[in-house]
Amino acid sequence: MNITVTVNGQPCTRDVEPRLLLVHFLRDELDLTGTHWGCDTSNCGACVVWLDDVPVKSCTVLAVMASGREVRTVEGLERDGELDPVQKGFSECHGLQCGFCTPGMMMTSRWLLDRSPDPTEAEIREALSGQICRCTGYENIVRSVRWAAEHPAEKPEEVTP
Amino acid sequence: MQVPANFEYEKATTVEETLALLARHGDEARVVAGGHSLLPMMKLRLAQPEALIDINDVAELARIRIEGGMLCVGALVRHAELLDSPVAGEHFPILHDAERVIADPVVRNRGTVGGSLCQADPSEDLSAAFGALKASAVIRGPDGERTVSLREFHTGPYETVVEPGELLIELRIPIRPGVGGGGPPSGGRYQHGSAYEKVERRVGDWPLAAAGAALWLEGGRIADAGIGLTAVRAEHFVAPEAEEVLRGAVPSEEVFAEAGRVAAEHCDPGSDQRGPADYKRHLAGELTTRALRRAYGRSQA
Repeated sequence: MNITVTVNGQPCTRDVEPRLLLVHFLRDELDLTGTHWGCDTSNCGACVVWLDDVPVKSCTVLAVMASGREVRTVEGLERDGELDPVQKGFSECHGLQCGFCTPGMMMTSRWLLDRSPDPTEAEIREALSGQICRCTGYENIVRSVRWAAEHPAEKPEEVTP
Repeated sequence: MQVPANFEYEKATTVEETLALLARHGDEARVVAGGHSLLPMMKLRLAQPEALIDINDVAELARIRIEGGMLCVGALVRHAELLDSPVAGEHFPILHDAERVIADPVVRNRGTVGGSLCQADPSEDLSAAFGALKASAVIRGPDGERTVSLREFHTGPYETVVEPGELLIELRIPIRPGVGGGGPPSGGRYQHGSAYEKVERRVGDWPLAAAGAALWLEGGRIADAGIGLTAVRAEHFVAPEAEEVLRGAVPSEEVFAEAGRVAAEHCDPGSDQRGPADYKRHLAGELTTRALRRAYGRSQA
């Protein structure tokens, strides 16, 4: 089946089987291996990407369901070569050890901060509660998200057309 | 790597189109929306539909609205949308209580209200919440539309009255003191409150047990009550015997405790990896009492 998914702003057209999962479409068809494939049961959250501006677990979404929609992956977090504050926060606060859960953690964190720019620790833990860090590095993950909240990206100046 | 078996994929954009596709593909077709129950089952070959009909674009099913004195929740409403809906929370806080403890925020972004009800897992939360509220389900098929009380919706574990070829459209909950009648015979207004209490082993897990309570009060007495239970094999996810204890009573700690005791007595929990039966039975009673206490508090707020 022919599908076109806009991934990180780029329309990508491929011929796929309907049973292909979005996580494998991203990794195997588009070589976007930043999205990790973990538990396969929608428990661990390693595979979280945005589907139309909302984080979802891509091991439990069919690629064909994303056709005609927008997907954002960890590769799409940076802007013009500048890392997203969430990425900087994970770097500054040692928010990762093995790094397997990190892409999913960061995608959900960005979504949280867009909705709630100054979240409490409890709000961060709640937002990330569907994601597992098997290094158990949760303390530093929460600190990383707080760091990002305290160091928001400078908004580009509004240009009047 | 877990991958579903092959299937034919169809995308519907309207209810009519969905019903036509269901008719064309017959008994082996399944409707998919969030897919968070169906796709894991397909990976494990516990389900192997020959065709999937994707209803994610059927916008008419994705609305929460008030119509005819009822709160109507479309089958395609995502869990996160019900949790974020001020109108749902204002009238029926039990829905927000329940949604807050269903799976996790990312799963709630994708999973749908209708999908959870039609999956009909015996530990599902919304079945108990909607059961407590005495909601009804609107189902459409080739022969037209029918409305079924949620208390007749489930026919067993993973089984509902939705037939092959039919589609769950929405859930309707009467807002009894409001427009459209259904208020107390005196012509006044009910005081209403509702709440949901759940014990889970870890965040996002299925409940060991959970209870929902809804109270409608008039003149200092309980005019009507709804008790929902899940994960404890309560028939149709409700506890009518406990509701009988409450009806006509003056609300008190003693009455709430007695309703809890009766609810616990009439369910039939089994022992499994989540916990032993006697503990679940204890929870069913205690959580019923707590939900009633909180529902009553809200009715007086």
